[in-house]
Amino acid sequence: MDFISPEGLRLDGRRPFELRQLHAEIGVLDNADGSATFEMGNTKVIAVVYGPREVQNRSQQQLDHALVRCEYSMATFSTGDRRRRGKGDRRGTELSLVIRQTMEAAILTNLLPRSQIDIFVQVLQADGGTRACCINAAALALADAGIPMRDLVASCSAGYLNSTPLLDLNYLEDSGGGPDLTVALFSKLDKVTLLQMDAKVPLDVFEKVMNLASEGAKAVTQFLREILMENTKKLAFAKEPLKV
Amino acid sequence: MGDAMRGAHFRLSPAQKQRMLVAQERCRDAAGSVHSSAFVNVGDTIPVDYENGYLRGHGTQVVDGQLLATVCGVVERVNKLVSVRPLRARYNPETGDVVVGRVTEVAPKRWKVDVNSRQDAQLMLSAVNLPGGIQRRRTATDELNMRDLFTENDLISAEVQTLHQDGSLHLHTRSLKYGKLESGQLVKVAPYLIKRLKQHFHQLKQYGVQMILGCNGYVWISALPQSTPDIATDQKRANTESLEAAAGTADSQNVEISRELRERICRLANVVRVLGACGFLIHPDSIVDTYEASLSWGTELKHMFSGEFFVKVVEREAEQRSKKG
Repeated sequence: MDFISPEGLRLDGRRPFELRQLHAEIGVLDNADGSATFEMGNTKVIAVVYGPREVQNRSQQQLDHALVRCEYSMATFSTGDRRRRGKGDRRGTELSLVIRQTMEAAILTNLLPRSQIDIFVQVLQADGGTRACCINAAALALADAGIPMRDLVASCSAGYLNSTPLLDLNYLEDSGGGPDLTVALFSKLDKVTLLQMDAKVPLDVFEKVMNLASEGAKAVTQFLREILMENTKKLAFAKEPLKV
Repeated sequence: MGDAMRGAHFRLSPAQKQRMLVAQERCRDAAGSVHSSAFVNVGDTIPVDYENGYLRGHGTQVVDGQLLATVCGVVERVNKLVSVRPLRARYNPETGDVVVGRVTEVAPKRWKVDVNSRQDAQLMLSAVNLPGGIQRRRTATDELNMRDLFTENDLISAEVQTLHQDGSLHLHTRSLKYGKLESGQLVKVAPYLIKRLKQHFHQLKQYGVQMILGCNGYVWISALPQSTPDIATDQKRANTESLEAAAGTADSQNVEISRELRERICRLANVVRVLGACGFLIHPDSIVDTYEASLSWGTELKHMFSGEFFVKVVEREAEQRSKKG
């Protein structure tokens, strides 16, 4: 199947190095400490953060740092075929673990001893790149909850199809059989916190795809920053006339 | 959607949306000269005077000699101390704060109290006034009868006694002001909307209502206590009288509350909710002001969560701010 037209456009009309349209909203849930939705094209994810709060299961309490928990789920209506995924599904468990580890690396857990942070991520619409989208949404929700973090995490995926590196794969491209790489970055600290790929590719190809995904993640970081800054200003201006 | 409103979902007609946008814009403009450098995101570099040295405060970290923010918020500088204050966050306790909390657990010699903080606060048995005298030894019987004072899910008002290194906090209720709260309404708002003031107990005598603005964002609104302990004039008499009242036997508190009074309490509670949803500072003056405004507009209680009322409140705030500015 041709994923790139002779004009150099992809199935959804993007160029190979183009991200999908990004959209984010902060504070979508009232009762949570932090919440956000994040959209990359047709992929839409909601992330909700509760905490830092008292540890529910006392045996899990840690005296020197916070306990971070994460639960990933997919809404039944998120995919084309309506399927119910139980709690036991392996993909979900793996993704919960991945998101938890990525977020745990970002949160300054040593500042919040004896407490617990719960992150709930749910996919509302799945169109490829859910992994990256979940991480971005969770990062926004954590920032909204005022939880101290090393740096803002942002994530993006990239693939390699028809001998071309492609940024931010959608569902069709994702199921095209090529390698799919997800990377999460601390852009200020210039560190990689997550790198996932389950395919064998030559080293030079890997490097190209990896660089592309990193560039994508940096672009996402910029977007997240703008959204967060807007939110902060909105809250601060509403509160009272500023005397700065 | 996205109308700077949290905690309330309401429909706005296109005309109301337009008015809301204009009012919010005016609120913003009235905020005066804006230093965009005062706001930072997670991971942003905070400009500091490296030559004269600085002190690293909360919400910051040093990476490669650079001062970076770890939360999104406003940079605050006090002499050499540089810190970042996050806006929406859990309650950050300070000694002496008045808080409203809910008892979550009765543990040996202590109560665990949810105060919207990072951990549940502890209220030691030795930090409460027991009935029948202040300076009394706590006996094993007292320990067994702890549930007579406060049980699970009771609401209490208390003061932060001490903060510990590990983030835990201890409360005390060793004053007649503090103790169990009954027959009223609890409203939860974001803690950053409540400023620390000299007074957190407010008696609105004109309405016959008392308000406790807990620093942790929990606001308690109830009828004025029947026999107001006049602490200033007669300490001794008050001690004996209201200790009996506070002894935990709820009968004395469960007096009938008239319909008008209930409505006033509800209206005040709704005002606090609306102000909280707008993200405006919650202050006794602003509450009374908005309360009076809602009456003068003739807004019915049930219509206080309508789009119209929200827009009016924001417009009114814009009006007042632009006058001041």
